[in-house]
Amino acid sequence: MRDTSNVDENTVTIQMKDIVKKFGNFVANDHINLTVHKGEVHAILGENGAGKSTLMNVLYGIYQPTSGSIAIDGKEVVINGPEQAIDLGIGMVHQHFMLIQPFTVTENIILGAEPRKGLVVDKESARKKIVELSDRYGLMVDPDAKIEDISVGMQQRVEILKVLYRGAKHLILDEPTSSLTPQEISELMQIIKNLTADGKSIILITHKLKEITECADYCTIIRQGKYIDTVKVDEVDENKLAAMMVGRNVQFKVEKKDNKPGKVVLDVKDLHAKDYRGVDILNGLNLQVREGEILGIAGVDGNGQSELVEILTGLMKAESGSITVDGNDIFNKTPREAMDAGVSCIPEDRQKHGLVMDFTVDENMILQNFARPEFSKHGILKKDSIHKFTSELIEKFDIRPRGCNNRLARQLSGGNQQKVIIAREVTNDKDLLIAMNPTRGLDVGAIEFVHKYLVEQRNKGRAVLLVSFELDEIMSLSDRINVIFEGQITGEVNGKDADEKELGYMMAGGKTDEN
Amino acid sequence: MKTKKNIWEGNFIYIIFSIIIGFLVGAILLVIAGVDPMATYSALLDGVFSDKKYITYDLVYAAPYILTGLSVAFAFKTGVFNIGAEGQFVVGSLAAVLVGLFLDLPPVIHGIVAILAAAIAGGIWGAIVGLLKVKRGINEVLSYIMFNWIAFYLSNFVVTKPGIKDDSVEATRMVKDSARILLPENLRIATRCSSANWGIVIAIVAALLLWFVISKTTMGYQFRAVGLSKTASEYGGISSSRVFLTSMALSGVLAGIGGSVLTLGINGRISQFAGQESFGFDGITVALIAGSNPIGCIFSGIFYGAMKYGGNKLTLVGAPKEVVNIIMGTIIFFIAIALLFKRLIKSAQEKKEAKKTVVVTEKED
Amino acid sequence: MDLIIKNSGLIINGLLISMPPLLLAALGSVFSEKSGVVNIGIEGMMTIGAFIGATVAYVTGNGWIGFLAGGLAGMVLGLMHAFACVTCGADQTIAGTAINFIGPGVALFLCKAWNDNSSDTPALDTAAKLPKLFDGKFKAGSFAYNVFGTYSAVYLSIAFVVVIWFVFYKTRFGMRLRAAGEHPEACETLGVNVTRVRYACVLLSGFMAGLGGAFVTLATVSQFRPTVIVGQGFIAIAAVIFGKFTPQGAFLGCLLFGLCNGVKVVLSASGSGVSPNLLSMIPYVVTILVLIFFVGSARVPAANGKPYIKSK
Repeated sequence: MRDTSNVDENTVTIQMKDIVKKFGNFVANDHINLTVHKGEVHAILGENGAGKSTLMNVLYGIYQPTSGSIAIDGKEVVINGPEQAIDLGIGMVHQHFMLIQPFTVTENIILGAEPRKGLVVDKESARKKIVELSDRYGLMVDPDAKIEDISVGMQQRVEILKVLYRGAKHLILDEPTSSLTPQEISELMQIIKNLTADGKSIILITHKLKEITECADYCTIIRQGKYIDTVKVDEVDENKLAAMMVGRNVQFKVEKKDNKPGKVVLDVKDLHAKDYRGVDILNGLNLQVREGEILGIAGVDGNGQSELVEILTGLMKAESGSITVDGNDIFNKTPREAMDAGVSCIPEDRQKHGLVMDFTVDENMILQNFARPEFSKHGILKKDSIHKFTSELIEKFDIRPRGCNNRLARQLSGGNQQKVIIAREVTNDKDLLIAMNPTRGLDVGAIEFVHKYLVEQRNKGRAVLLVSFELDEIMSLSDRINVIFEGQITGEVNGKDADEKELGYMMAGGKTDEN
Repeated sequence: MKTKKNIWEGNFIYIIFSIIIGFLVGAILLVIAGVDPMATYSALLDGVFSDKKYITYDLVYAAPYILTGLSVAFAFKTGVFNIGAEGQFVVGSLAAVLVGLFLDLPPVIHGIVAILAAAIAGGIWGAIVGLLKVKRGINEVLSYIMFNWIAFYLSNFVVTKPGIKDDSVEATRMVKDSARILLPENLRIATRCSSANWGIVIAIVAALLLWFVISKTTMGYQFRAVGLSKTASEYGGISSSRVFLTSMALSGVLAGIGGSVLTLGINGRISQFAGQESFGFDGITVALIAGSNPIGCIFSGIFYGAMKYGGNKLTLVGAPKEVVNIIMGTIIFFIAIALLFKRLIKSAQEKKEAKKTVVVTEKED
Repeated sequence: MDLIIKNSGLIINGLLISMPPLLLAALGSVFSEKSGVVNIGIEGMMTIGAFIGATVAYVTGNGWIGFLAGGLAGMVLGLMHAFACVTCGADQTIAGTAINFIGPGVALFLCKAWNDNSSDTPALDTAAKLPKLFDGKFKAGSFAYNVFGTYSAVYLSIAFVVVIWFVFYKTRFGMRLRAAGEHPEACETLGVNVTRVRYACVLLSGFMAGLGGAFVTLATVSQFRPTVIVGQGFIAIAAVIFGKFTPQGAFLGCLLFGLCNGVKVVLSASGSGVSPNLLSMIPYVVTILVLIFFVGSARVPAANGKPYIKSK
């Protein structure tokens, strides 16, 4: 909820007119207009692939527009590269952080604008300036920490400091809240307020409607590369925004019948593990998932979710504890053994874990099952039956383009890549389905599809473990919600009467009294 | 839609193009050095093709290169850069020679046993590096380089041992005739090639077999999966450690067999090395020209063998034989930067198409 | 006691003579690898450096000029490698393999063209070689002579370790090159020109490799022969991996290697009767053992080997 606005309607800081950007035949931006004032938070709303990032890369000088004009602070400019954008006072905070893991916070911030004393980089004076900036806007970062050791929220603040350090007056924030806790989000909102109060203007790229209604003054909507409208946020509601973004009315609630959970499928007891640096990451975690239920794990990135999933799927070894699936022990077994015991998984990173990107769809479909008699005999692949099997799944799961059997996974869109994985994992017919951030980076249509299939699996009596950083996703799908914090399950809430505030409080380490 | 076949055909054109450029660059250098390039190249061509004897020699020399090329290509499929084929080749030769010297077996069987010994020796040499990688996380490029030199000195050590060393030359004694893998005498006389041997047949069979394994079997499927994405393969239950170990051992086997073909087929002995002989390193080149395709290795291996063999005759026309190395280097360099040409062509095509669309839309308006 | 001093002097001498070519090449390689470009063409760059170094020193009669010329010759191949890998986004292994053909190929081709079809360059007199430090100040064979009296370029190469460490960790260029090898996109968003940084690093690696090659012909061997370099470039690469892609680590790798070489020299001179071939294995076997028991796996720079092509 916004209290005050800092917009100075009389001062236009950024003006983009009729921007067109083509890549070959593909028109990514088709005559887009954008006007931003001093002290304004201007949201750009659109689905994945709508052309938001392209527009911002044009503003930041990474791409040259095919046609159109840009004016900054009233002066028409041609921006040839990030260096020039920086000189014009434009700063970009990328969604995928552009940070160098083994460098310190200070080193990351000054890279490209290093102060020098003689030949030597003057880290001391840089450090002072960073501490001062950090204090002024309430960012509270440790300038000497290494990036690989700090939380995602902190890393984002480092990104913000990076642009402030360069004297940015106009900040572009690209999907800034995608992996933050509710608390971190509200802190970010405060930081944004501090920035606009200081006269800076902010462009907020997002597909989350709530963020827009909470903190933006204006919102420009783009769809499939086309400019749709710019609206005053006070005058619209979320449903209106969503309809403009997608071009049709969207069903937010997932249809879900009541279901009676059956026997325990996954049983995790007192699980302890260390991460790759040897730091304790799981500290006595307990959880159970039953037949016919979706257990949602709510929590902030970095509290042990990835490690939990890697241990359950056999990719990582735990220190101690016990894990059983249908009563079979899978503690510290190989991925193959976990699979045989009944585990299937939609992994967090589909490009890294889910698919061999340079394999064809045919080849990807049999990744776990190539040794089955349907697909090979005496160690020789049966290409025809693999092809037939894949064709059926392409049809059934509406994977596009049709007949993409021999296409490389790399050549499919993100949503279709995810469908390939889901098709494979669901037809594996295992008792336990683990899904980690299954809708990350997908557009609205694909998200609906994924959610529908997860619920369908539950209705079929499978045990579904849903791990997601999107609280909305957890709340709308789960029958039960477990909150994970610092490697432990710290609370359980019934899916139906989950309250966002309460969950957010627990995710940040707060305990509820009711338990 | 691009199919796999198209992509390969595209590469084929770039390879031919690179070969032409390589020869052009060589010609320029020859002119600078004051040698007539036409005379040189015709000498090269004559030396390679003009007689069935030469053609036989081309094939004889190609066999070890094809095998080391296959060794490198196979490892590439699993994402491993087998810069250690050199050492595997050397221990393979050594094992073959020792079996050829000291075992008493009937002909044919003796040869087969010697080749098997070479295969095992090369396989072990590759597997050790694989174990170091899998168990201790040691970078394979580093240990391959170390094991190349250990093999080098091991070979020199054995070659100079009394009882193995020949009395008159810095080499081992000749292996027993029963261990040689030469073609029947009448064929050798007919081709006027005294070292015509079964090596090329072994190499071609190995290439076909490898192609089959890689593209048709579940084993090859796992190798390719790990080579393209280790993480996704592990998620899918494929043990990358096992794949690395197997592929590194098998590529050692191939290089080791290559070594046995050289000793049992061509030389009959091992000489003391002054420097690395570089059959293994040349395998990298053969594999690169073939785009790591096993069948392609047959052709690039023959090309390479012919260039090496023909290159030796360049001194007759007063041209330094190093021009062959420069030509090879240029070919590889242009294969490497082929991507640039592909990009240029693609962007030119895109511009053309973009213009077309503009024209079309204008008409529609 | 005297024997111990004398032998340790000899070991250090063996170390000092065998280390510089590796060290110079390895330090160069660290630049390239750390900035994100794999350079297996070091071998070819050393060979051309060795040949040009010997030739220029022979013509000018000045070892230092030859040394510098060797570096520049290596740099020319560095330029080729950079063009392929940075501008064209080529597979860096393939490009490096090409360099390994072209370097020795051109060296021998020119050698024969200029030296009456001989694959060796004429032997250099002492005056045309690299000078020795404190020449004639110490008694030949004494500990001080063995340790301090060898070629000045030896000490120069060790000084390079300090200089390059300083460049890597204290200067702007060093910070940017390390960043370019980790996350080129991040660099580009901050206005750091990755192309320029990588070009500089690959050129430097060629220059240093060329110096390393020239050291061999201008100090150890006093002429160019086809076998002067064979394999040393690859050992330099091994030292870099051993040293986990840092200049100080590569120095340790070369030091270990040189030390083993020194021990080998002393053992072969001692008349122990052990085959020189077995003694020659010592550096390689020790390197593997040290890796197994002490060093373990190295973290490769995140963007190493990955071409970075800016989108337009």
